Amino acid sequence: MAEIKNYTLNFGPQHPAAHGVLRLILEMDGEVIERADPHIGLLHRGTEKLAESKPFNQSIGYMDRLDYVSMMCNEHAYVMAIEKLIGLEVPIRAQYIRVMFDEITRVLNHLMWLGAHGLDIGAMTVFLYCFREREDLMDCYEAVSGARMHATYYRPGGVYRDLPARMPQYQTSKWHNEKEVKKKNSNREGSLLDFIEDFTTRFPKCVDEYETLLTDNRIWKQRTVGIGVVSPERAMQLGFTGPMLRGSGIEWDLRRKQPYEVYDKLDFDIPIGKEGDCYDRYLVRVEEMRQSNRIIKQCVDWLRANPGPVILDNSKVAPPKRAVMKDDMEALIHHFKLFTEGYCVPEGEVYSAIEHPKGEFGIYMVSDGANKPYRVKIRAPGFPHLAAMNEMSKGHMLADVVAIIGTMDIVFGEIDR
Amino acid sequence: MQALKAKLEQDFADELLDCDSDRDEITMHVAAEQIVAVCQRLRDQYDFEQLLDLCGVDYSEYGGSAWETKQSSEFGFSRAVDGMGHAEPVQDGLRFAVVYHLLSIKHNQRLRLKVRLEADSPVVDSVTSVWNSAEWFEREAFDLFGILFNGHNDLRRILTDYGFVGHPFRKDFPLIGNVEMRYDPDKKRVVYEPVSIEPRTLVPRVIRDDNRYHKDQN
Repeated sequence: MAEIKNYTLNFGPQHPAAHGVLRLILEMDGEVIERADPHIGLLHRGTEKLAESKPFNQSIGYMDRLDYVSMMCNEHAYVMAIEKLIGLEVPIRAQYIRVMFDEITRVLNHLMWLGAHGLDIGAMTVFLYCFREREDLMDCYEAVSGARMHATYYRPGGVYRDLPARMPQYQTSKWHNEKEVKKKNSNREGSLLDFIEDFTTRFPKCVDEYETLLTDNRIWKQRTVGIGVVSPERAMQLGFTGPMLRGSGIEWDLRRKQPYEVYDKLDFDIPIGKEGDCYDRYLVRVEEMRQSNRIIKQCVDWLRANPGPVILDNSKVAPPKRAVMKDDMEALIHHFKLFTEGYCVPEGEVYSAIEHPKGEFGIYMVSDGANKPYRVKIRAPGFPHLAAMNEMSKGHMLADVVAIIGTMDIVFGEIDR
Repeated sequence: MQALKAKLEQDFADELLDCDSDRDEITMHVAAEQIVAVCQRLRDQYDFEQLLDLCGVDYSEYGGSAWETKQSSEFGFSRAVDGMGHAEPVQDGLRFAVVYHLLSIKHNQRLRLKVRLEADSPVVDSVTSVWNSAEWFEREAFDLFGILFNGHNDLRRILTDYGFVGHPFRKDFPLIGNVEMRYDPDKKRVVYEPVSIEPRTLVPRVIRDDNRYHKDQN
């Protein structure tokens, strides 16, 4: 009989289950992983260095491109850091809009995660279902900012503009006749808020559909139960946050424990896992989608009843209104200064963190009083998660590595920065 | 929060260089030699179970600006572009800093630790034995700033390319980089060449004196 030796397997960087550009060097004993060494940095763009060379507002767009499946949450941490440095109070309506879009983003992220994770370990249908709902949420992004993904919607002091009163509609074309388009537009007759409300009533049923496909599915359970178990102590040691930490049974959610914006006024629950395996983390994320849906509903109700300003009326940081600029010299000068030089931020350093769909997303910002940040450090939640790859996959089979990558909810935009 | 600060100041009287609280955040300044001992005590006695973040900072150009804003001069916009402007880099010998962000889940507290390091020998003891999450963060700080961590058992580059030269997040490393890469069809391999693009400044860096932000007034 031939002698069996350990060998090294190169996984990725171009592999459909590598969720981007992960290169894993796996030391294997037969089919069992002995050591996993992730090589990252293939998507490193030097976002932090670029941010140092630009006025504060010009880097908001870069934040979208970090974790490119939860765009607005990244922006949120960044603008919150600037607001904390200057000491700005954001109008209450803007806070509700931000919270609503943060939760829409959370649903977007979890849908993407669920679809991709399902696809990785052999459930094709979930992917199609998830992307069906993602499309509607992308339309919300588009309605409010003009871009389906890289929105650049948040600004220090509020958000770029108020929610549109009309939801954009589909138009007839060579491929879609009038009848078809009418059907598609049936929930787009009113405002954006009407559309979102319609979504929140539909969505719990959709989550039920995903759960029907997966939660009690024998194959799904075989692939996830008992895989990648992390004890609560280890999870804290390894710097886990978000669903990875909650999956291990630690009740920690920044939205509750260190509430920012208006999260303390909203009603929602924090799901936690018990075993700390891939299946528990799946359950936690699915329940989070339901909770996010509840938050979105509450925000919609509040936003309907309470019109008001969505950005600070402070021309030193937020541009003056277009109409005012037409006949006010002062406003014109402010506008010119803001869009050429930007604004100076007082000296100091802050760390602002938000509960990002993947965990704690933090921005550590050092300012020396200039119109550009002196140093921006992005604390990406996926970075410590991926660092635990070796520990989580040791002793598992090769096929389980894919399940573990999936459960970590890895996106390379944020890890490589 | 003030209670925590007072307690820290009392307990760490010997180790602490300085302790300030600004914008609801506490920063402890610690000497490089004592970082591991301090971290160990913070974890065991103060329940800071998590090291959320560790990063390097290069303070060599702190407070420097490209444009004199207080008096007029005969130069135009170009002085900022050419780097001819006003720049007063702070150089007190302690060029680098390593910043640690800690979180206590039990007490719901955050804390920032800061260690300043010499320009020519940026070495600090590794805290991987206290928090395992430091492993990759320290690799990153080494890769981007060239800060060395004593006792780290796998201090490799992490974000930059295989065979990369230099530490890109240092302030003296140009934004455009030093080399560019292309595929050479004759040699049938990827080749590195010096960069062909020019650095440019779109918006000069300025520091304006703003009386709203003067500390003594508020």
